[in-house]
Amino acid sequence: MATRTDPKKDVVIIGLGWTGAIMGMELANEGLEILALERGDDRSTVPDFQYPNIFDELKYAVRYDLMQKPVNSTLTVRHNTAETALPYRHLGSFLPGDGVGGAGVHWNGQNWRPQAVEYRLRSYVEETFGADIIPENMQLQDWGVTAEELEPHMTKFESVAGIAGKAGNINGEIQEGGNPFEAPRSAEYPMPPLKNTWDSELFAEAARKMGYHPFPRPAANASIQYTNDYGMQLGPCNYCGYCERFGCNNYSKSSPQVCILDALKRKPNFSYMTRSEVLKIEKAADGKTATGVTYFDEKTGEEVFQPADLVLVCAYSLHNVHLLLLSEIGEPYNPDTGEGVVGRNYSYQMTGGTSLWFRDKVFNPFVGTGAGGMSIDDFSMSQIDFGKEGFIGGSYITAGHTGGRPIQQMALPPGTPAWGAGWKEAVGEWYGHSLSIGSHGSNMAYRDTCLDLDPTYKDRHGRPLMRMTFDWKDNDIRMTQFMKARIEEIAETLNPDAMASGYKGDGAQYDVRPYQSTHNVGGAIMGTDPKTSAINRYLQSWDCHNVWVMGASAFPQNIQYNPTGAVGGLAYWALEALRKDYLPNPRPLM
Amino acid sequence: MRDMPGRPSRRGFLKGSAAGVAIASLAGAVKAQAPEKEAPPPLDQYERVYFNEAEWAFVMAACDRLIPSGGNGPGAIDCRVPVFIDRQLAGNFGKAATWYMQGPFDPAANPTLGFQSPLTPAEIYRQAIPVFQDWCSQTHGDRFENLEAAKQDAALTSLQKGEVGLAPELRDFFQFLLANTKEGYFADPSYGGNHDMQAWVYVGFPGARGAFTSWPGRENARYPLGPVAINGDRA
Ligand SMILES: Cc1cc2nc3c(=O)[nH]c(=O)nc-3n(C[C@H](O)[C@H](O)[C@H](O)COP(=O)(O)OP(=O)(O)OC[C@H]3O[C@@H](n4cnc5c(N)ncnc54)[C@H](O)[C@@H]3O)c2cc1C
Ligand code: SF4
Repeated sequence: MATRTDPKKDVVIIGLGWTGAIMGMELANEGLEILALERGDDRSTVPDFQYPNIFDELKYAVRYDLMQKPVNSTLTVRHNTAETALPYRHLGSFLPGDGVGGAGVHWNGQNWRPQAVEYRLRSYVEETFGADIIPENMQLQDWGVTAEELEPHMTKFESVAGIAGKAGNINGEIQEGGNPFEAPRSAEYPMPPLKNTWDSELFAEAARKMGYHPFPRPAANASIQYTNDYGMQLGPCNYCGYCERFGCNNYSKSSPQVCILDALKRKPNFSYMTRSEVLKIEKAADGKTATGVTYFDEKTGEEVFQPADLVLVCAYSLHNVHLLLLSEIGEPYNPDTGEGVVGRNYSYQMTGGTSLWFRDKVFNPFVGTGAGGMSIDDFSMSQIDFGKEGFIGGSYITAGHTGGRPIQQMALPPGTPAWGAGWKEAVGEWYGHSLSIGSHGSNMAYRDTCLDLDPTYKDRHGRPLMRMTFDWKDNDIRMTQFMKARIEEIAETLNPDAMASGYKGDGAQYDVRPYQSTHNVGGAIMGTDPKTSAINRYLQSWDCHNVWVMGASAFPQNIQYNPTGAVGGLAYWALEALRKDYLPNPRPLM
Repeated sequence: MRDMPGRPSRRGFLKGSAAGVAIASLAGAVKAQAPEKEAPPPLDQYERVYFNEAEWAFVMAACDRLIPSGGNGPGAIDCRVPVFIDRQLAGNFGKAATWYMQGPFDPAANPTLGFQSPLTPAEIYRQAIPVFQDWCSQTHGDRFENLEAAKQDAALTSLQKGEVGLAPELRDFFQFLLANTKEGYFADPSYGGNHDMQAWVYVGFPGARGAFTSWPGRENARYPLGPVAINGDRA
């Protein structure tokens, strides 16, 4: 029970990462009274990411200083519904954010838009290949929104974040040097591409020779000086090599702090509280609306009821689902019956890679950015004959050094011992002599890949942890094996002295230990049918019309790209509906 | 061996308790321009914050096999890696301060579900070392630190393979030991290891420099500057 009730706000925002900051900014501009609640600490470039203290691989990359602390918040994991789930006791596979800026502080900034076919994947597959190629238990769904509808909102996010890249398709016209397979965009990227590292040039040359279409990876790392829509300034990137897992010391990596928060904090109708973890969204007696949220105020040790007219769930995909489950908003999904919506269609990201070692090439891998590099989309969702290849999915294929941190980014040739004289010899011989070509691919959702409440384990507030049921499936393993073959063909043309591939193979089990990606999607998916989606096509809860849920929890299955471009675009898409349609007349929009 | 500017010569490295002396003289030679820095105490006089005497003897010996001295590049002892591990175990890492440590526990669970021991890393070192020492005595006839190098390597290999009879809640011991040793080798020297940034010099990593605007795209050009540590030290 709450021990304190605070004065009512128009809007309460749960979580102050990318989506929370975007919603706060735009609704503050509408003149609404807004309070954002963030469970972690406040964070700013100075002092939290300042030079040289942030260049500390052990503290930030290995010991996860900026990330979620499992002691405060975690979940349990199992491979299938027959297994007993066990807690994710320390981080590995994915690294959710904690604190102002969320994971938008320590992300890489590889900023993509999904392909047009990805928004209507079920329809596309049925129309093009026939419904019978869809494997049993794969719960393929359309998003309920199209690339054309989202285009202006994707553009808006790219303009706010300041993305560096080269357009491949402007209003249907293919552009030289860009990605010819992308959905039409209305404008060039806000910034030109970053400079290429040599490894990515070698990859691009090899790919070009094979008839593929290399283009610069779209990057939320500034290539030039830039001022965004909110008057926020970004400075050109230093190629410092401490991007992923670190905050940027240089105001170059797009983050909520650099792109939005300093402007937002000046608004008199916006306020935020840190160390304030929302425990529950409270519902009105009729269950059709939310009355506000209850949160734990760590500074006073109190539980506080914060009344609000509009509740925006911006807590990162996994926490969004957990909060909906704990608040009993929407029917929980049941994998046995396939009924219910909250927790349905969790999916992840299928990645793999091939590393190449060259005795006579020196790469200086510490010269790198989180997102720079070259990619090809020739084996993307829209380019693969699913019927012929026997899987549904696709990947972008990419190269580019993101850093050369010696603890975590030391790539050694196959056969190198893990320790001893041979290991020591190898680190001296091979550090800085490798390049890696990665496949970043889609992952489909299945009847049993889902999220629900764990029956055993509790968090520090005594609430049940969320339980993740997930494993790799044949379809997706076939996809990654297909990419392995394509990548190895490219790699071999580079004539490396040694080469090693790492891709999921037959029978691969999901392993929570090695980092794979913080691209956890689904669980509160969007759609046009309340029986198979938790939120409608505007990201509004079907059950409580004043609860809106942002983030990659909305994706019905995973795209072949990193999620944040779509997450940002969807936030601006939801804002348009909120502003034009909902605020003048609050009600279910569908 | 590649020639690297500033790379310390292998003659500078000695094993065990003599390492402090060797390092002090090396530091003097390499850093002719740098202001005088007080040499840290030799490892046998280092004031431990976590390990007891017996544990220290083991960790010193084990680190020395995991990243041996001799050959190219510094060894774990030259880099004072045991100091790093001692401090890490006394700190948040050793205490699992940020980890979820509520039961029930199933330490024998499928390893793909991750760490499931009820014990903290510091407790795992403390409980696993005596078990391994007993195994070494029974199998190889003496405590680990007294075995000759080849037998030490064989014993560590058995430990790595899970063949020394550790209980499930201790099964991550070798992984921690190896990971912590490499961390101590390559982390910023402020954590007690990577002494004088020798490991960074050896592989050619520039540490906390982080400003490379004119460097992307250069082909086969070796970055010329040696490393900088977070406290401003240069090697
Ligand atoms: C290492 C790493 C690399 C990544 N690289 C990329 C990349 O290159 N490209 C890409 O597209 N994506 C990348 N991502 C993913 C990207 O960071 C996320 O997609 C994005 O940040 C999600 O935005 P969000 O607003 O949904 O959530 P977040 O930015 O995570 O913000 C959620 C906030 O809510 C807070 N919160 C959670 N629960 C509560 C609660 N109950 N009460 C109050 N506050 C709460 C959290 O503390 C957090 O601050 C990466 C992520 C990581 C970790
Ligand atoms: S690589 Fe660039 S964007 Fe990334 S942290 Fe360094 S300076 Fe910032």
